[in-house]
Amino acid sequence: MANGRYGDFGGQYIPETLMNEIHKLEEAYERFSKDPDFIRELDELNRQYAGRPSLLYYADKMTKDLGGAKIYFKREDLNHTGSHKINNVLGQCLLAKKMGKTRIIAETGAGQHGVAAATAAALMGLECEVFMGKEDTIRQALNVYRMELLGAKVNPVTTGTMTLKDAVNEAMRDWTTRVDDTLYVLGSVMGPHPFPMIVRDFQSVISKEAREQILELEGKLPTAVMACVGGGSNAMGMFYNFINDKDVRLIGCEAAGRGVDTGETAATIATGSLGIFHGMKSLFCQNEYGQIAPVYSISAGLDYPGIGPEHAHLHEIGRAEYVPVTDDEAVDAFEYIARTEGIICAIESAHAVAHMMKIAPKMSKDDIIICCLSGRGDKDVAAIARYRGIDLHE
Amino acid sequence: MNNSRIQSAFTNKKAFIGFLTAGDPTYESSFDNIMAMVKAGADLIEIGIPFSDPIAEGPVIQNADVRALANGMTTDKAFELAARVRKETDIPLVFMTYLNPVFKYGYDRFFAKCAEIGVDGLICPDMPFEEKREADEIAKSHGISIISMIAPTSEERIKSIAESAEGFLYIVSSLGVTGVRSEIKTDLASIMESVKKYAHVPAAIGFGISTPEQAEKMSKLADGVIVGSAIVRIIEKYGENSADEIFKYVKSMTDAVHK
Repeated sequence: MANGRYGDFGGQYIPETLMNEIHKLEEAYERFSKDPDFIRELDELNRQYAGRPSLLYYADKMTKDLGGAKIYFKREDLNHTGSHKINNVLGQCLLAKKMGKTRIIAETGAGQHGVAAATAAALMGLECEVFMGKEDTIRQALNVYRMELLGAKVNPVTTGTMTLKDAVNEAMRDWTTRVDDTLYVLGSVMGPHPFPMIVRDFQSVISKEAREQILELEGKLPTAVMACVGGGSNAMGMFYNFINDKDVRLIGCEAAGRGVDTGETAATIATGSLGIFHGMKSLFCQNEYGQIAPVYSISAGLDYPGIGPEHAHLHEIGRAEYVPVTDDEAVDAFEYIARTEGIICAIESAHAVAHMMKIAPKMSKDDIIICCLSGRGDKDVAAIARYRGIDLHE
Repeated sequence: MNNSRIQSAFTNKKAFIGFLTAGDPTYESSFDNIMAMVKAGADLIEIGIPFSDPIAEGPVIQNADVRALANGMTTDKAFELAARVRKETDIPLVFMTYLNPVFKYGYDRFFAKCAEIGVDGLICPDMPFEEKREADEIAKSHGISIISMIAPTSEERIKSIAESAEGFLYIVSSLGVTGVRSEIKTDLASIMESVKKYAHVPAAIGFGISTPEQAEKMSKLADGVIVGSAIVRIIEKYGENSADEIFKYVKSMTDAVHK
């Protein structure tokens, strides 16, 4: 892969100030990802600290209720810190330590990556600053305090739309002022190379486990694997080890917000176009002059105007399918899985559950779907209550 | 190929390069402000095409972009503004923006339009040396220079960047984003030494320069100085009636640089 390209997507479109640092990161990752000590340490962290492997749970009641394919959930919500984000931050913070960095910075939308980064930083004795859109610090106030409890400094970002993309802008700006002692721990499969590759590799543990687990449980591969997509890290993690299994459908579920034809949406594949932003060539929600569009979703974690370059590539070559899921559908699914399986999942993950509820009944009993539950939903309970008109505040 | 209009900014003098964002706060006021800079003796004008997410800018220029976009500035209107300036003066003009607006406009369409109206170069902070290729040949075919940047962290990259530089080299004085700084700590003398070893185009220093004293000091190290945030700060303060203040300020800066 030359220059971190996936087809025409990817690249390193960043300020000159960061170029040497990003090359150092490439070299360090190249070295340590093959280093037996690094691999052993990370494996131990995953098992002893994050609680891996995560369960592959057979959802018997949903399977019967929906009356089609067998439904499994990959339970990333059961990881330490409550989401798949821990997989990536343990890897990147360990890499930061090996590189001699003393400080990490991170962007966060819903706060899951921020909490995970603050957690890993606390564990490994790294200074941590998190950039979070002001809008999101209000939507996810509990997570802000959680990060502070973990010893991180949270910087509310008041520029632009005050959401995830602006948090990324601010983290990049901060990184250019302190390249020497700081690693930017990017939370998704986006940004300049090598981030999309590094994050995908650390998240690919999801599909590595899921593939082994389903073969052991069912003796065959699934018909489809699916996950929600914002930047796309849990989806890349869920897809990666199935990409070469040509018969396994890969389905990414984007946040359509109030609908793809309303303008209040974050569905990049459905409504975006080719562009260059945040260090990568990929698909973005933007206007005719290339100004990045404000996006909207009920889910702060999917509220991003772009998508990782490898997803853009999988979409272009037709290997993966991407579908939009509205706020309404996601909230219905959030409530349905809670009532049916006793699982309160993240509103992000509920986007994947919603689409699964549409396709499972149309499949046969021989079909198997694995849906990634990327995170748990405690953080969303108050917002869902408000969505239903109940005045509940944390 | 060296762009002759850009070269003229550096001929027999140190160059003062002034920046503002097109459409900040209005189309008309940015025309007046550019002409004030020209009258005050500026040697080259950088016209910023505002972008929604300017990741290399500090708060001052970020806010200018917000004002300009809110008032309806677009790439097409920035071209109109440049064309209007070009009718009045032969001063070299370069656009400064982010890659996405250029990419989305279409590289060929963008550079053809630059050539047609007389814009001489383009600065894109998010287009480093390695990613320049996709636009560079197209720009050259229209006679437009893509201006490369060198940062305090560039080190061994200086050689390849400087050797292939077009128009002029933009030397980033400090780590971080654009904005006024009381002190510039980078060892610019040693950076300039290696730049001079490899470059066949002039080099100008930017980021953080605001006072005539700083400008004079920097102009002794390099072939020119670039000032952005300090000018935009005046616009932030005086709004649509900034031209007189900009004239006064730029005059003090050009006097210092041309000493």
